[in-house]
Amino acid sequence: MDQSTASGSTRASLYARHEPVFNRRIDGKFRRIKWAVMALCLIVYWVTPWLRWDRGSYAPDQAVLIDLAHRRFYMFGIEIWPHEFYFVAGLLIMAGIGLFLVTSAVGRAWCGYACPQTVWTDLFQHVDRLIDGDRNARMRLHKAPWGPAKIARRLVKWSIYLVISFATGGAWIFYFADAPTLQHAFWTGTADPVAYATVAVLTATTFVLGGFLREQVCIYMCPWPRIQTTMLDEKSLIVTYKDWRGEPRASVKKAQKAPDLYGDCIDCAQCVAVCPTGIDIREGAQVGCITCALCIDACDRVMKEVGRPRGLIDYATLEDAEAEQAGHAPTRHRKLIWRPRTLVYVGAWAGIGFALLFLLGARVHTDLTVSKDRNPPYILLSDGSVRNAYTLRLRNMQGRPRRMEIALDGLAGAEMWADDSRRAAAGRRIVRTVPADATYPLRIYVVAPQATSGQDFVFRLRALGEPDEMDTAEVRFDTPQEATP
Amino acid sequence: MADNHKRAGRLDEATRTETVGHEWDGIEELNTPLPRWWLWTFYACIVFAIGYCIAYPAWPMLARGTEGMLGWTSRGELDKEMKQAADARARTVAALADMPIEELARHPELMRAAVAGGAAAFRINCVQCHGVGAAGFKGFPNLNDDDWLWGGDLKAIETTLIHGIRQPGDAATRQSAMPAFGADGLLPPEQIEQVADHVLSLSGKSRPSTAGARVFADNCAVCHGPAGQGSRQFGAPDLTDPIWLDGGSRAEVIAQITRPHMGVMPAWAGRLDPVTIRMLAAYVHSLGGGEEAPAAMPASAPPAVPAP
Ligand code: SF4
Ligand code: SF4
Repeated sequence: MDQSTASGSTRASLYARHEPVFNRRIDGKFRRIKWAVMALCLIVYWVTPWLRWDRGSYAPDQAVLIDLAHRRFYMFGIEIWPHEFYFVAGLLIMAGIGLFLVTSAVGRAWCGYACPQTVWTDLFQHVDRLIDGDRNARMRLHKAPWGPAKIARRLVKWSIYLVISFATGGAWIFYFADAPTLQHAFWTGTADPVAYATVAVLTATTFVLGGFLREQVCIYMCPWPRIQTTMLDEKSLIVTYKDWRGEPRASVKKAQKAPDLYGDCIDCAQCVAVCPTGIDIREGAQVGCITCALCIDACDRVMKEVGRPRGLIDYATLEDAEAEQAGHAPTRHRKLIWRPRTLVYVGAWAGIGFALLFLLGARVHTDLTVSKDRNPPYILLSDGSVRNAYTLRLRNMQGRPRRMEIALDGLAGAEMWADDSRRAAAGRRIVRTVPADATYPLRIYVVAPQATSGQDFVFRLRALGEPDEMDTAEVRFDTPQEATP
Repeated sequence: MADNHKRAGRLDEATRTETVGHEWDGIEELNTPLPRWWLWTFYACIVFAIGYCIAYPAWPMLARGTEGMLGWTSRGELDKEMKQAADARARTVAALADMPIEELARHPELMRAAVAGGAAAFRINCVQCHGVGAAGFKGFPNLNDDDWLWGGDLKAIETTLIHGIRQPGDAATRQSAMPAFGADGLLPPEQIEQVADHVLSLSGKSRPSTAGARVFADNCAVCHGPAGQGSRQFGAPDLTDPIWLDGGSRAEVIAQITRPHMGVMPAWAGRLDPVTIRMLAAYVHSLGGGEEAPAAMPASAPPAVPAP
């Protein structure tokens, strides 16, 4: 925000300059949690595509793989086919409800700790500190005129940005193809142009969003802060400056002279100095606050030094704030989760989770779909019999070829043959070897004796030697003699 | 830039931001300044748009649009894609052109490609008469069944396609004619009714008629065979099966004997390239009634056992 507007004497500009943030290094409880979450996120992101998982010789051995070309999604022991996309939809719904749950219980924890924009901004800010020094040194360098030393430092810093960005963009593509193969192809220049384009785009976005735009993304671009603010209520944790305790603020010296006049805040501005989005939390809750809690660490440290109780800035709910101001004890934060709203989220989240687990456990790896020829619905043959045609799709959702049997159930006197066979070889069952992890299309002609009436019957698919692996499909047999039910 | 922004309202104390100057029941709107990088992004977009307009077709003019420096057109893009598709198919097309159609059955890959190509060509050239499902209509044969007028093996179907049926100007066309027994006065009406009864009796749709059988032997057996099993040599339909090209009711049979309807089909040789014709033959053969090899049809033999 333009400082000139603060005085109120000049007109505000229509456009605001970007005020760079030089946040100070800080250590403390929440900083350590942030370190841990950051390490976890980055390790998961970079290591996951390299994990192997043995699926036999017919399927890829990458533990997590989104195989767009063959339309398969592999995740450890689970392999999802396009027609089972509801598993992915279920996971996405769970992720959504999970975010509602987290937000209603602990506020913008996603923003403060786990959001990629937060994690990478944090990473880049550490690079800043490593190359240019802490807050004051960086401010000096920012103001210094351009010279060889400054240029050299900037080049070194931006090179490191670029390396991190490239590693970030580069890792992404390994989720979509076999990582070791793709890596080799990538470096030898033989990978698909789409891979290079993807890496280039993601490197550029990481470089710009993490290296330069940073908090601007949170404040101006991201819809999530707006959505989250609608989900917060008076029982959600937010980072709160306890103004009833801190105000009126005064320096330690002033406060010593007249202890009764002043609050606990010594106006040292440490909370502003450490803030990664450069805001002053003492102005109250605001959209720029991602609740990273670094200002809590900073203020706790100050309070310890001046010998006052910690928590002048702290996680607190609006209800806590009111209670504390009225002189009551705040609720224990542990209990925040046990309220109807969060319990509904927990219930929905766990319900979907258990349903998915159940479906996953109960699913068979054999599937049959049948579509009937409707034009023409039936064919009269020269011997008076009636023929219908069907396209069957036999799915073998396992990593090995399997023998499967198709049998007719119902439709007395009928026989069938596949289009790669002939009518002379017709029978009531057909056995085929379905290749590993594949859909096997089979065009079937079913012929029924003259005077058969239109009726429903069933195709039965059975994997030979596997009693539970079966599927059925009920279809119509049309004849000139119309339906008897 | 806009420091002389006249209509701006007061400065809001809490946010230190100007308001837009309107008030609704005490509610005011902040005029939050736009970040400057946003402005530059906007300018960059304008520059990109100008570049785009120069490079690509963009502005509609009176007769046609501006063409752009790169010369890109959507038609050109389509031509390129069509050419790519043709190139991709070139090997299959060459193989189909070289191979006698009888051998196609021994090459399942090629057969599949031919059937797919034939299905596409059928939808453009053949559906007008034979219908989308190739099931035909009254007077237009159903190509799914196992009842063939001129033969149902690959070679016979291809020949029919090349030369057509009753096509003037093609010496090798499938040619035959049924006399108009009624219209030309060759048979009196009562004999026509008798022979119609006999024909219907062959598939059990009517009681046998001795008089009809005699008329049949004298007038019809020469083409349709003594037992009425038809002849592919003359494209004479099998009269013993339940499939009736021109209708199987008594009135329809009488009408056909009186003033016969005889179908025609274009000779496709001059209209389609040989490979497309070959693919059409493969497609028609694949519909479920295709025969393995030319069926032997001695005039007096009983009808061939239907092949799959
Ligand atoms: S105000 Fe505090 S909690 Fe909010 S973003 Fe800044 S440092 Fe983090
Ligand atoms: S760090 Fe604590 S004491 Fe220092 S200015 Fe911020 S709120 Fe006041």
